Amino acid sequence: MNKFVAEGFKPITSPYKEDGKTKWTIQEKLLLGLSTPDYITQLIRNPLNWVFALIFSVGMPLVALRFIKGLSFVTHSSYDYPWGLFLGWGLFVMVPLSASGFMLGTTVEVFGRKDFKPIERLALLNGLLGYLFAVVFLQVDLGQPWRLIYPMVVSLGPQAVLFLVAWHVATYLSVQVAELVPAFAELFDMPRTKKFIKSMVIGLTISGIILSTLHQGALGALFTYAPGKLHPLWYSSTFMWFHFFCSAIFGGLSMLIVVSTICKYFMAWRCDDNFLNNIDKLTMSLAKGSAMALITYLIIKIIGVAHDNDWIYLVSGWGQWFLIELLVGTIVPLVLFTVAIRTNNVGLARFAALIAVFGIALNRLNTVLIAFNWQLYQEIPHPREIGIVITIYTLYIATYRFCLARMPLLYTWKDK
Amino acid sequence: MNRRNFLKGGLAGGALTFLGKGKEAAASVAPPPPVSDITMLKEGKYPRGMGVLYDLSRCIGCRTCEAICNKEHHLPEPDLPFDDTSVFERVRRTHEGARTVVNRYKIKGQENPVFRKVQCNHCAEPGCLSSCFVNAYTKTAIGAVTYNEKVCVGCRTCMIACPFYVPAYRYSSAFNPIIIKCTMCYNTRLVKGEPPACVAACPRDAMNFGKREDLIYMAHQRIRINPGKYVEHVYGEKEVGGTAWMYLSPVPFEQVGFDTTLGEKPIFSYVKEFLSIVPMVLTIWPALFSGFYLLATRKESQKIKQQDIGEEGKK
Ligand code: SF4
Ligand code: SF4
Ligand code: SF4
Repeated sequence: MNKFVAEGFKPITSPYKEDGKTKWTIQEKLLLGLSTPDYITQLIRNPLNWVFALIFSVGMPLVALRFIKGLSFVTHSSYDYPWGLFLGWGLFVMVPLSASGFMLGTTVEVFGRKDFKPIERLALLNGLLGYLFAVVFLQVDLGQPWRLIYPMVVSLGPQAVLFLVAWHVATYLSVQVAELVPAFAELFDMPRTKKFIKSMVIGLTISGIILSTLHQGALGALFTYAPGKLHPLWYSSTFMWFHFFCSAIFGGLSMLIVVSTICKYFMAWRCDDNFLNNIDKLTMSLAKGSAMALITYLIIKIIGVAHDNDWIYLVSGWGQWFLIELLVGTIVPLVLFTVAIRTNNVGLARFAALIAVFGIALNRLNTVLIAFNWQLYQEIPHPREIGIVITIYTLYIATYRFCLARMPLLYTWKDK
Repeated sequence: MNRRNFLKGGLAGGALTFLGKGKEAAASVAPPPPVSDITMLKEGKYPRGMGVLYDLSRCIGCRTCEAICNKEHHLPEPDLPFDDTSVFERVRRTHEGARTVVNRYKIKGQENPVFRKVQCNHCAEPGCLSSCFVNAYTKTAIGAVTYNEKVCVGCRTCMIACPFYVPAYRYSSAFNPIIIKCTMCYNTRLVKGEPPACVAACPRDAMNFGKREDLIYMAHQRIRINPGKYVEHVYGEKEVGGTAWMYLSPVPFEQVGFDTTLGEKPIFSYVKEFLSIVPMVLTIWPALFSGFYLLATRKESQKIKQQDIGEEGKK
């Protein structure tokens, strides 16, 4: 794509072609304004597509085999470890990293910080796709995926935490779809739909906050069912939901810094000046938000240990692992963010965000896989399970890229 | 009779017939109807049902119970026959092919090993039940915890939530993966007024089926009459809120694979703290954030108003 842009090509940003009269057809919009042969050339030229093709050619048959042969063919999930990498990565890591949607929605729409507008839609997409693929991962992991709708209509277990998660993720997904409708409507010329959604944006945003608070917290609360199974340092029946919620805040913001950085460097052709000129400044603001959430998280993490009086565990090997997680995943990014803010160093803030994202992943995988059943043994995921996780994550990245290239997320649609 | 009295009479009459029916039903047939435990969980009631007392000192590890359970519930044939004692070489747990297993424990300084049967303990407030989001589990009034495979989605949270590592899962099946768990033979035997198959088949009378209260009394009695024979504890009397399947042991419970760190609080009580914040968030958040929104946008609307006034002034 960079080559075409260098040759003077301009991707679509408005409904009309250069002459200012003829409209682009939908097909042309999907091809970004390139002719079909040019589009294909561009596809083949991009090495990333080759990597994707390779991953899919190996991974897709694996996914098919999972549904033909059952879970035991692709996972090590055992009677003692009912949850493996599918949920550990796909649900428990993906969901907090997708908290950006409600964070930025709140900032822009509720707190009226219009200066965050250039990245609001990117944040919404990050949220939507993250949740969508969390559901895809869930579908791969569920024993009977065709019954996904059961907790909604067939047989209700409202006393269960997972019931909350199911309902909230489902409703929140529709909220996120609605929030992105304006971008979609602009691209495909549907002004009425856009207006309709715009009229309820505040309602949508506030319901987004409620649903997110609850299901981000509920994911943590799921483990309060397992006192004794989860190591006491990671377990806290009182604070666990708050740990998960609070870490989702910096998780979402840091993930937004990471993806916006990727956009800036690898998809600059699709970003407009509004995005490119503001992104460094906004990154610093996001960094401030992350730092604030990080320090809160650090404090309640320590309170959690104090509340249950778990100090004694800190001297064991588990304690060291816990401290490493806290150091690498929380304290290091916190310090880096602080230095970055002091010295106004955007690069450092981006690096800190990357570490924070890594820290979230580490915490969730610790909770689900490593510190779980700490008195029994540690589960090592099956190679095929790892393969499927990589495949679906690749599909996620590919979808992400597909949307970014077309919808007015990184650029502003010129209506007139 | 005015309308109000009529309504009252109607309601009271209805309640009376209902109560009457209830009494009749209780008197005539043995198996009480299943009750979902949700209401009981909410009211914190422990259902007074039946139970099983299992005496480890009487068990000889013949595995008759395993065999009969396998037959009763049409489970697949095991790799090794039920009289093969080589299975005792390692400690087993319930799995796809077995709702119950018997394990052997060598005790230090003691010649004879101790055997222990494992199956669902039929908790009074089951973790599996409270964690299931499609309500596949039922705590029946008779005490058994049953499982409905027709609604199970296969999320396996119940396996996370069971403190005794009981529910097993048919991972090998792509089209009908379900939870495998002892149901106290509820459908095949309890509803007919018969004791569970394994209890009835035990040649050593290691298990007694009866009212849970009576069993607790019996257990303490056994401890009292045989000083030194048992550890002075009835496992399951209070653990995680009490279980219907209870144990007497001649050796410390942790030496025969029991988790003695579980405490007396039911699993559900650990989750309550989170559940109690849910209504709070639901009611406070909308008000709070609408407030923020109004505050944040007030400046703008004031600006617009002032502009309006300014413009009107010009006119
Ligand atoms: S419980 Fe009875 S049948 Fe089962 S192993 Fe012990 S003695 Fe044998
Ligand atoms: S022992 Fe486990 S499976 Fe059985 S009722 Fe209790 S929580 Fe449920
Ligand atoms: S009660 Fe029935 S289902 Fe449970 S272990 Fe005994 S025979 Fe098997």
